[in-house]
Amino acid sequence: MSRRPYIREVSKTGWWLKQPRYIRYMARELTSLFIGIYVLILIAGLHRLSQGQAEYEMFLASAKGPVGLVFAIVALAFAIYHSYTWFEVTPKAMPLMLGKKHLPGAIIVAAHWLGFFVASTLLWLIVGSPV
Amino acid sequence: MTERTVELEVLRYDPDKDDAPGFQTYTVPYREDWVVLDAINYVKDELDRTLSYRWSCHMAVCGSCGMMINGEPSLSCHTFLRDCPEKIRIEPLQNFPVERDLVVVMDDFIDKLGSVKPYIVAKEERSVDDGEYLQTPAQLAKFKQYTACINCLLCYSACPQYALNDDFVGPAALALAHRYNLDSRDVGRSAREDVVASNPGIWECSFVGACSEVCPKSVDPAAAIQQTKIASAGDYFMKFLMPWKRK
Repeated sequence: MSRRPYIREVSKTGWWLKQPRYIRYMARELTSLFIGIYVLILIAGLHRLSQGQAEYEMFLASAKGPVGLVFAIVALAFAIYHSYTWFEVTPKAMPLMLGKKHLPGAIIVAAHWLGFFVASTLLWLIVGSPV
Repeated sequence: MTERTVELEVLRYDPDKDDAPGFQTYTVPYREDWVVLDAINYVKDELDRTLSYRWSCHMAVCGSCGMMINGEPSLSCHTFLRDCPEKIRIEPLQNFPVERDLVVVMDDFIDKLGSVKPYIVAKEERSVDDGEYLQTPAQLAKFKQYTACINCLLCYSACPQYALNDDFVGPAALALAHRYNLDSRDVGRSAREDVVASNPGIWECSFVGACSEVCPKSVDPAAAIQQTKIASAGDYFMKFLMPWKRK
């Protein structure tokens, strides 16, 4: 009898296709790509603003064009999914104890959504409608 | 009336004969109250005594009988035939080398577990005459869920980060480190930090969360790791804010 342990190789590129939960994870990670692209577009907009009114108007026009609008809607959907997945896991990362008991996770998740809506509303009131 | 049966497709590997593992199919009787481990025991007792696998308690306490059942890391004593399809594919836990048949080499985990000092590091030695270390129910509640770990390795088998990087300390060891860090009787947090707060420690985890989904004891290792990340990031910033307060 000899020892000759067999190692099963894992695909470095295709591993995430093996399990629905890995695909869900990759989807969650992928959402940040769209948020990143959206931020780059915002930075490009700031750059155009620094170049003068005509350039900024051009930027606004292209952002409101069909491609810009479709991307904004897709990015918004991904951003909401991103927030949803992260709010869902907050009770794991930040459990709260009241005396001897852990606060139910649903309350922590709900508090995050509440904070999100309060902050969004405040921002809306201060900055006003962007359109 | 013919007796109802199930088919087990079991991954076999004999290091003396085989270059690579291959599947062998066994037909076993179906019983309403049987778990997959009962079916495997039937194979061993009645059909093929060369089949190797680990098991002991048959009640989800010992953590020995973990295996891939239809691609999912599971305790075979905790998975009923009635919840499985008629063909059941059984493989050794993934992400571990196969020693023989369903037996994996778990040395890597054992080494990592030891490296996080999974025991109480007390402030001062106490003799038996000094009595117990006292703890309130609230202090116990802080870490109790993490004490339920049975070292069954399902979490390592589910973790894609561990699959891709052997250096990753991994879910169970990090959850147990967190369990002792949270224990009011323990002062070993800084002694564990070299391993726990390193890159192959908590920072290798990208929070896939698969470990917690497959854990048969609801330990939630993913939660333990995220909490350790927050505490460790806090330590990092405190170093700049209060450099005089060294550990």
